[in-house]
Amino acid sequence: MRKLIAGLVMGTALATAPMMAQAETPKNALVMAFSIDDIITLDPAQIFEFSGAEYAGNTYDRLIGFDNEDVSKIHGVLAESWEVSEDGKTFTFKIRDGIEFASGNDLTAEDAAFSLQRVILLDQSPAFILGQFGFTAENVKDKIYAADESTLVMEVDQPYAPSFVLYCLTAGVGAVVDKEEVLAHEVDGDLGHEWLKTNYAGSGPFKLNKWTAGESLSLTANEDYWDGAPEMKRVIIRSVKESAAQQLLLEKGDIDIARNLEADQLASIADNDDIKLLSKGKGALWYLGLSQKNEYLSNPKVREALKYLVDYKGISETILAGRSQIHQAFLPEGFLGAYNENPYSLNIEKAKSLLAEAGYPDGFSVTMDTRNTTSIMAMAQSIQATWAQVGINLEIIPGDGKQTLTKYRARQHDIYIGRWGPDYQDPHTNASTFAWNPDNSDDASAKPLAWRNSWDAGDLTAKTDAATLERDDTKRAEMYVDLQKQVLENGPFVIMFQETEIASMRGNVNNFVLGPSFDNNYYRYVTKD
Amino acid sequence: MSAVTRNNRNGRKRARFTSGPTGTVLRLVFSLAITFFGLLLVTFLIGRVLPIDPVLAAVGDRAPQEVYDRVREEMGLNLPLWQQFFIYISNVLQGNFGQSVLTANPVLEDIKRVFPATLELATLATIIGVSLGIPAGVFAAVHKGKWPDHLVRIIGLAGYSMPIFWLGLMGLLIFYMKLDWVAGPGRLDSFYLDFIEPTTGLMLVDTLIEGDTDLFWNAVSHIILPASILAYFSLAYIARMTRSFMLEQLSQEYILTARVKGISETRIIWRHALGNVMVPLVTVIALSYANLLEGSVLTEIIFAWPGLGLYITNSLLNADMNAVLGGTVVVGAVFIGVNMLSDVLYRLLDPRARR
Amino acid sequence: MNTQTHISKPGLKNWLTSDTPQSRFQAQCGRTWLGWIKFTENKLAMVGLSIVIGLILVTIFAPILAPYDPLAADLTNRIQPPGAEHWFGTDQLGRDILSRLIYGAQYTLLIVGLVAITAAPLGLLVGTAAGFFGGWVDAVLMRITDIFLAFPKLILALAFVSALGPGIENAILAIAITAWPPYARIARAETITVRKADYIEAARLQGTSNLGLIIGHITPMCMSSLVVRVTLDMAGMILIAAGLGFLGLGAQPPMPEWGAMVSDGRQFLLEQWWVATVPGLAIFVVSLGFNLLGDGLRDVLDPRGGD
Repeated sequence: MRKLIAGLVMGTALATAPMMAQAETPKNALVMAFSIDDIITLDPAQIFEFSGAEYAGNTYDRLIGFDNEDVSKIHGVLAESWEVSEDGKTFTFKIRDGIEFASGNDLTAEDAAFSLQRVILLDQSPAFILGQFGFTAENVKDKIYAADESTLVMEVDQPYAPSFVLYCLTAGVGAVVDKEEVLAHEVDGDLGHEWLKTNYAGSGPFKLNKWTAGESLSLTANEDYWDGAPEMKRVIIRSVKESAAQQLLLEKGDIDIARNLEADQLASIADNDDIKLLSKGKGALWYLGLSQKNEYLSNPKVREALKYLVDYKGISETILAGRSQIHQAFLPEGFLGAYNENPYSLNIEKAKSLLAEAGYPDGFSVTMDTRNTTSIMAMAQSIQATWAQVGINLEIIPGDGKQTLTKYRARQHDIYIGRWGPDYQDPHTNASTFAWNPDNSDDASAKPLAWRNSWDAGDLTAKTDAATLERDDTKRAEMYVDLQKQVLENGPFVIMFQETEIASMRGNVNNFVLGPSFDNNYYRYVTKD
Repeated sequence: MSAVTRNNRNGRKRARFTSGPTGTVLRLVFSLAITFFGLLLVTFLIGRVLPIDPVLAAVGDRAPQEVYDRVREEMGLNLPLWQQFFIYISNVLQGNFGQSVLTANPVLEDIKRVFPATLELATLATIIGVSLGIPAGVFAAVHKGKWPDHLVRIIGLAGYSMPIFWLGLMGLLIFYMKLDWVAGPGRLDSFYLDFIEPTTGLMLVDTLIEGDTDLFWNAVSHIILPASILAYFSLAYIARMTRSFMLEQLSQEYILTARVKGISETRIIWRHALGNVMVPLVTVIALSYANLLEGSVLTEIIFAWPGLGLYITNSLLNADMNAVLGGTVVVGAVFIGVNMLSDVLYRLLDPRARR
Repeated sequence: MNTQTHISKPGLKNWLTSDTPQSRFQAQCGRTWLGWIKFTENKLAMVGLSIVIGLILVTIFAPILAPYDPLAADLTNRIQPPGAEHWFGTDQLGRDILSRLIYGAQYTLLIVGLVAITAAPLGLLVGTAAGFFGGWVDAVLMRITDIFLAFPKLILALAFVSALGPGIENAILAIAITAWPPYARIARAETITVRKADYIEAARLQGTSNLGLIIGHITPMCMSSLVVRVTLDMAGMILIAAGLGFLGLGAQPPMPEWGAMVSDGRQFLLEQWWVATVPGLAIFVVSLGFNLLGDGLRDVLDPRGGD
């Protein structure tokens, strides 16, 4: 069997190639280098990592999805159509007929109901995305159910903005799993969780072939996919951490796509005619979190001064060249209500006078916890050099990602430089972390970014909650613009850039799709010349 | 006077501890157990003082607080330290090393997967190192003080002085990128990854078992560069030790006698002298092999080689403590095992040591 | 030794090489002199010595030697190739690589220096105590030594640095922690060979305490083999420190630590090879210097260990 597949896939490629060949990948297989060692699970009810989300996006179908180019257009995927009741609290989905799981089982409303219930019952990291609509382990079976073979009903606890509910269903937790298959592997009432962590039970365009943690992930095409079988019969993702190594592999033709090239590597492949780039604005933001526990940073004048003390243009043109755009509000461009004005730019004189007003004409010393990856470190060093010009002595404390994050989450930082990615496509995802902080005490139960930086968001918390209940999208958008302006002015965040994802591809690769989040990076349309 | 007393004391001690073979074995087992216990304890403590939150690896940064708290409890992190350690030790004694958070697999299974990668690399490197290092050492000894001796010395010292991560980068740049003589990072070309089912886990062996020569040569072209780079280091060490052992032998009387008898110089050097130094050399080779088996972290990083060193490092940086502890035990066992093996070999091969 | 030829000459050399030294001091100086003569005959060792001296000089005169500020970033002048203005080019933040190399020398020297003066005494103490007292002290100390030996060096250092937080002080501490066990073993072996010697017994009969015996009589006997071993190990320490720097766990930015510089440069390996190559070469040259020096010292001080 192995031989057969190998033969099919490699066929002519190998026959003509010499032994230690200058590799060219087979025509019907897509080979990618991608830093996928953040994947810790393959269960869609648990997946909450970037590359994990991409896996689920290509292997599992959801009820609904949105247009990558215009996210306000929501369309049906497994659901043919849907209705929202008059009171805004009941959502009814009509499931498409004739769809089969990879196991051969029919996909019904029962599977969809089970999948959503399962998310709540398992209560893993992303469960809150559904949980925020009032579902609990006790009530979920009554609130989400299959009325018949093809009708799914979902009852939420408040008249939320319909866009809010629908966007949350497009997230990874909305993936539909094969109930029969999953329950066949249930151990001790775990709803098949242990099994699904390393296995597959979906209906998507690709199915899992093999996952070796930290090494590789390989998918095979679902030949019976209801929306057309992919042209690539295999997708092989090799985990390559080093971006320099990714560049080597790509230039040599050992891989078709390199996913994690840094700015300078992108510059150096720019003149290689065999390689082309595809870029797409992503939702992730680069920002500085200023702890309000620090006496200097809690001064509003100092916060304002620091917003003038980033070489936005310089960094985005060099260190992050092509991989970011300047963006200073907490909603990324493309989101409902995103505020795309960038009022701050590098202004040393202005910053100096603000610092003088604040009472620190000669600056002060602070530390910044910095993840030791190339681009973050380079950004930090650029900021360090800029701040030195006004007398602020910035000490960079480098650490591995988990290490800096541990400190940040424990509120032990002065400044944290980091990246925040939205959890789903609705503006509430970022509003509820940048502008919402119901309890600013050390032992609070909710710990959004505002909390981590010890910032009492004041009335913004209530405004954020109110925005989720506004059913008119235009009014709702205005509410978010207002929130963003206030955070921009007073918040403890120096939001700097919105990330652009770049896939570097061999010239013969077409139709690879990058979406606004990793959920929507699709392999199914790829063709090769 | 006092010298005599102390000798007596030593005599008593010897009598108590080495009364026959059972005593020796018992003592050995006891000291091994202590070493392992210490190894585990130190690793465990490092893990617990690490300023990295182990729960983060399991739930991610964006998980809500309730999930975080629940998982923390599930991981047993709310218990007192000594209790956590006790639970861990008793699990290990039952052969259960726990589950890795990062890979969602039992640690033992992970190690079974990653160790062969390191084993293969280390073995090939040692083979290359021995087959070049011993002749180089002999050559240097025979020409002591002349240019071949200096040459071998310089090459050896350069080997000791080279930052391996840099050598690896340069090797990739020159032999993979510019000259195209070898394949790039990884154990196989990416699109072959699917087509090999691990039987032994050793790529070179597995591909031969499958009878797939294309895959075999592909694996060879991938392993040859990292193995050569590691081999350089063991070569340097082996050549230097061979040289010094050989010099000792060549000044012995029996060599003179042999020369007088008219035995050919080649035979004297390669049969008589080298034959006699093989015994201490075995120890040297074993030591260098053990060092390579510990997993050369930096080489594995540069060459994206999914071996033990990379596994432990990665787990450490994510505070995936079950994986780190499991990996450390394996490394410790290998180190101690190889040391003991070379000891036993030494005793078996060398009549003088049998006393 | 063909020192016979020198004997006829008068003066200091004569005094040093006298067959009948008048004092202990003269004898010691004479021995040192002979060692020095033997050492200077070894050309490679002299090369090593000059590299090490060069490193020390560069460290001291860094501010004079460096053409630019090693920390001054200039984003408009990034990754320039080597040329008249920047001999070794500039790095990803537009900093002059030559100046960074020159300032980086002090971290290299600092690391080996501090590791040597912490690890060696620790190893010496453990080893001599184990060897001298024997019995359960020996058993306990040697078990501890074995435990540390059984760890892979870099991983142990890595674990300690992660536990303590990255930074140059912690890197030094971590390397010291991994470096002492072999010294303990050497010291123990030497101690065992001398502890029964008559002069130790004589000193003991005179009422010298155990501590006095260890410090006054046993430690000096271990010194020469230890010095050789430490010098030879210095290259290894440089490499481990560079490895930690490479992994981002050594010196903190913007400190120009060489390992971290290689790590920064690997981004540009393909097109701008010099960014990673030059600091790598510096690490190589300096650790080669220590190796050559150690090798030469071994020939002089510890002939048995070498050939």
